[in-house]
Amino acid sequence: MNDRPAPMPGERPVDLDQANAHGLTADEYRVIERTLSRTPTRTELGVFSVMWSEHCSYKSSRRHLRMLPSRSELVVQAGPGENAGAIDVGDGWVAVFKIESHNHPSFVEPHQGAATGVGGILRDIFTMGARPIASMDSLKFGSFDHPRTRYLLGGVVGGIGGYGNCVGVPTVAGEVMFDEQYNANILVNAFCLGLARKGELLSARASGSGNPVIYVGSATGRDGIHGASLLASAEFDASSEAKRPTVQVGDPFTEKLLIEACLEAMQTGAIVAIQDMGAAGLTSSSSEMAARGGVGIELDLDRVPLREPGLTPYEILLSESQERMLIVCERGRESDLMSVFEKWDLHAAVIGNVTEGNRWRVRFGSKLVADIPVRALADEAPVYDRPATEPKRTPSPRIELRDVPAPREALRRLLDSPNVASKRWVYRQYDSLVLSNTIAGPGGDAAVLRIKGSRRGLALKVDSNPRACAIDPYLGTVAVVVEAARNVACTGAHPVGITNCLNYGNPERPEIMWQFIRGVEALRDAALAFGTPVVSGNVSFYNETEGRAIPPTPTIAMLGLFTDVARHVGSFFRAPGDAILLVRTASPSLAASEFGALFGVAAYSLEPIDLARENRLIEGLVAGAERGLIRSAHDVSEGGLAVALAEACFDPDAVMGAQIDGLPASGDAIAELFGEGPSTVVLSVAPENVARVTELFSGLECRMIGRVTSDPKLRIVSGFRVASAIDEDVAELRAIYEQAIPRRLGGHD
Amino acid sequence: MKWGVITFPGSLDDGDALYALRDVMGQDAFPLWHKDESLRGADCVVLPGGFSYGDYLRCGAIARFAPIMKSVARFAADGGFVFGICNGFQVLCEAHLLPGALTRNRTLSFICERVYVRVDNAATPFTRAAHQGDLLRLPIKHGDGLFVAPEAELRKMEERGQVLLRYVDANGAESDDANPNGSTRAIAGVANERFNVFGLMPHPEHAVEQMLGGEDGLRLFRSIVESVESAGRVR
Repeated sequence: MNDRPAPMPGERPVDLDQANAHGLTADEYRVIERTLSRTPTRTELGVFSVMWSEHCSYKSSRRHLRMLPSRSELVVQAGPGENAGAIDVGDGWVAVFKIESHNHPSFVEPHQGAATGVGGILRDIFTMGARPIASMDSLKFGSFDHPRTRYLLGGVVGGIGGYGNCVGVPTVAGEVMFDEQYNANILVNAFCLGLARKGELLSARASGSGNPVIYVGSATGRDGIHGASLLASAEFDASSEAKRPTVQVGDPFTEKLLIEACLEAMQTGAIVAIQDMGAAGLTSSSSEMAARGGVGIELDLDRVPLREPGLTPYEILLSESQERMLIVCERGRESDLMSVFEKWDLHAAVIGNVTEGNRWRVRFGSKLVADIPVRALADEAPVYDRPATEPKRTPSPRIELRDVPAPREALRRLLDSPNVASKRWVYRQYDSLVLSNTIAGPGGDAAVLRIKGSRRGLALKVDSNPRACAIDPYLGTVAVVVEAARNVACTGAHPVGITNCLNYGNPERPEIMWQFIRGVEALRDAALAFGTPVVSGNVSFYNETEGRAIPPTPTIAMLGLFTDVARHVGSFFRAPGDAILLVRTASPSLAASEFGALFGVAAYSLEPIDLARENRLIEGLVAGAERGLIRSAHDVSEGGLAVALAEACFDPDAVMGAQIDGLPASGDAIAELFGEGPSTVVLSVAPENVARVTELFSGLECRMIGRVTSDPKLRIVSGFRVASAIDEDVAELRAIYEQAIPRRLGGHD
Repeated sequence: MKWGVITFPGSLDDGDALYALRDVMGQDAFPLWHKDESLRGADCVVLPGGFSYGDYLRCGAIARFAPIMKSVARFAADGGFVFGICNGFQVLCEAHLLPGALTRNRTLSFICERVYVRVDNAATPFTRAAHQGDLLRLPIKHGDGLFVAPEAELRKMEERGQVLLRYVDANGAESDDANPNGSTRAIAGVANERFNVFGLMPHPEHAVEQMLGGEDGLRLFRSIVESVESAGRVR
């Protein structure tokens, strides 16, 4: 090494105070000094601080994530390491998918925060050579009564729609929950799935000394600097509003051009490696690609397209300006790529090249401004085994229900609860149809997509259950995986793979670390039981404000596979006279239920979950669908059985009712009608198929509880005392269900 | 006959239109590029849905200046069939090839849902495969679909039968509830005076397969095929 990185003019020598201000600990700063055998420049300090942030390095979670199963005969590629996981879905196609959080930016600036969350996850998918074909979102807001909730809801939904609609990727499913525990820290988890031809996946592994590094997309500005380190990797406090400038601004139009241009450029065969400039921007994309390939990289910042003059190397390297990709191109074929980018009117420039050796070297104004071993940035961030302690809890007493409304009133109040009610106000703002693959969009148990030119199809669902996870972070997480698998199976698809977004509080607190580890263990156990590997994921820590953490919220997105998508099953009752079957793995319980939340019932402990029985339920659902025996299937979730039965009657195109007279007389009427746990589905089946369907679920409770009627009334009669009976007009119930959210927002429709 | 589907930067449903025409209907359909001027011998030019140029200024306001739009204007003046869907409709209004303008939905939000439209003039090249008063179930997905035009213009359009489609309820009746975006006189689709240029906000290309929710969109595409073939205009 003949030259050393120069500090910028007027730069104060770096010291521990500056390192602390960058979010680095004293120990971490010492490691940096030792790695470099000198004091870093301020530019280098900034670079280390983002690469070693929790958000980029997974330093608290990494050792635990290793326990997750990531292999199956269908897995083509699984993280960590690449940008997303990939599963073989047959007929020469692989599905590439991932979910990622954008929680803190969305709380600080909901519209742009959510929009750029969508943009970032799209880039993670198409960077692998897959065309994005479906998005989903899992959203958690504070209580509807909280003054900030409407603003955040409007902003986030507007941001997701504004970006997703304009970029031409349908939003096909999602979930929305309101709970006061998210008042000061909402969650926005964005999922994307793309399809690529098998064998045509691209890697993010740089190679070939002398190969040029090409920058393409939006010019670099000052937005998003320290988004990963200071915003995503720290708790909220009173000063969080001041972090708004760390939120990036999205440009979906450029993203659309970037998708088309990159997919077209990939067809030239001139791309060696490609990666999105996401969190930590140019720094992470260049150092991670070099680290994977075991090569060095040299960048010349003078050649980076800038939005305005005067950016420092520190700013250029740390900018999180959106819609930018970094490409390693085969030497001599630059013009093949440049002509594609020119066709799509995108900025593109050669800004560096791959080098032999292992250094990440950056020049600016002909001076060297950073010189760091590649692996120190990308692979050698500190890994922590943080202490984890189960918090002491007083066992919650089994509180008797008191002052509970009559079932008919409870049903109405539940249908009016924003957590149970139709989310149409939300998903109506999303284009769910573009690309012409959507067989079943938002509002059902899972989205169903066809694959053009194939009989095969995909089912997609994202689930979470923070109430259950708050009671027991292990069983709660198992319940989430079980629910996601069941939702997918209700449509008739085999669950085949998982991506997850693990949202927790501050991992430096032992009780949070304990919640996290229990969640990962649960995810491992459930994924193994269902044979659904975890192919990609994301961890979001520091979801707390002034010491109050969100409930543990692992979000699970499940991919399901149809061998014949024409056999998919919907959630609405379809024909009067059909038998209504109740299938479940265990008795219902009010633990962690919406009923409990509404009527003040304390949390009970969760019942254990028998994964073998859950698997049998899922296999029965899929087999029943494949043989064409099931006319409709609907999962019992928020609001319990009574709500699920009502929802099954809500087909806007075919008004129907249900006569329920076969519920067990011995059960607790309230738990029977409104309990949510653990696994129950409502099926409708042609009368002649009842016996065959019952056989599919041998060993589980499967009983015929009533019939679909042409009379549009929901009647739940026998088994209970007369006072417990429900006899309601479906149209009235549906009006409550549809209007609950618009009514609270007070706007038109 | 031959169909050309224009891709502007930011077009999104161009691929869907090509899929509907080629893969579902077996038509000869090909893409046209906004920077080109040739229409490659198309008998009908489709301006697809999407957000051309991001629609950052005003929907369709930039796309009307694309090089290919000069050719589209000439083609329309020569009597060629031009079919604008959603953003394509907005572009045609901005280009003054259709009357009126499309403004922000009255909900001020994007709306994606299936609606009913009624065929109010079946004696046109774009609707001849339907009957007067037929209902079509088509999806809409737009943020700016509220049709406006000066009162005098509207009156003339009505007299000439230029209003081809109107938002109605499942029984075919106009009502405020059935008008999703608040369009003036529930207008969903209009033609020019010569009836060779047609724009609509609903997406017929997303209603061509039973599996994806219905086939009513085929009636509009088939109308154009019949018109071209019966006029012996096939080149």
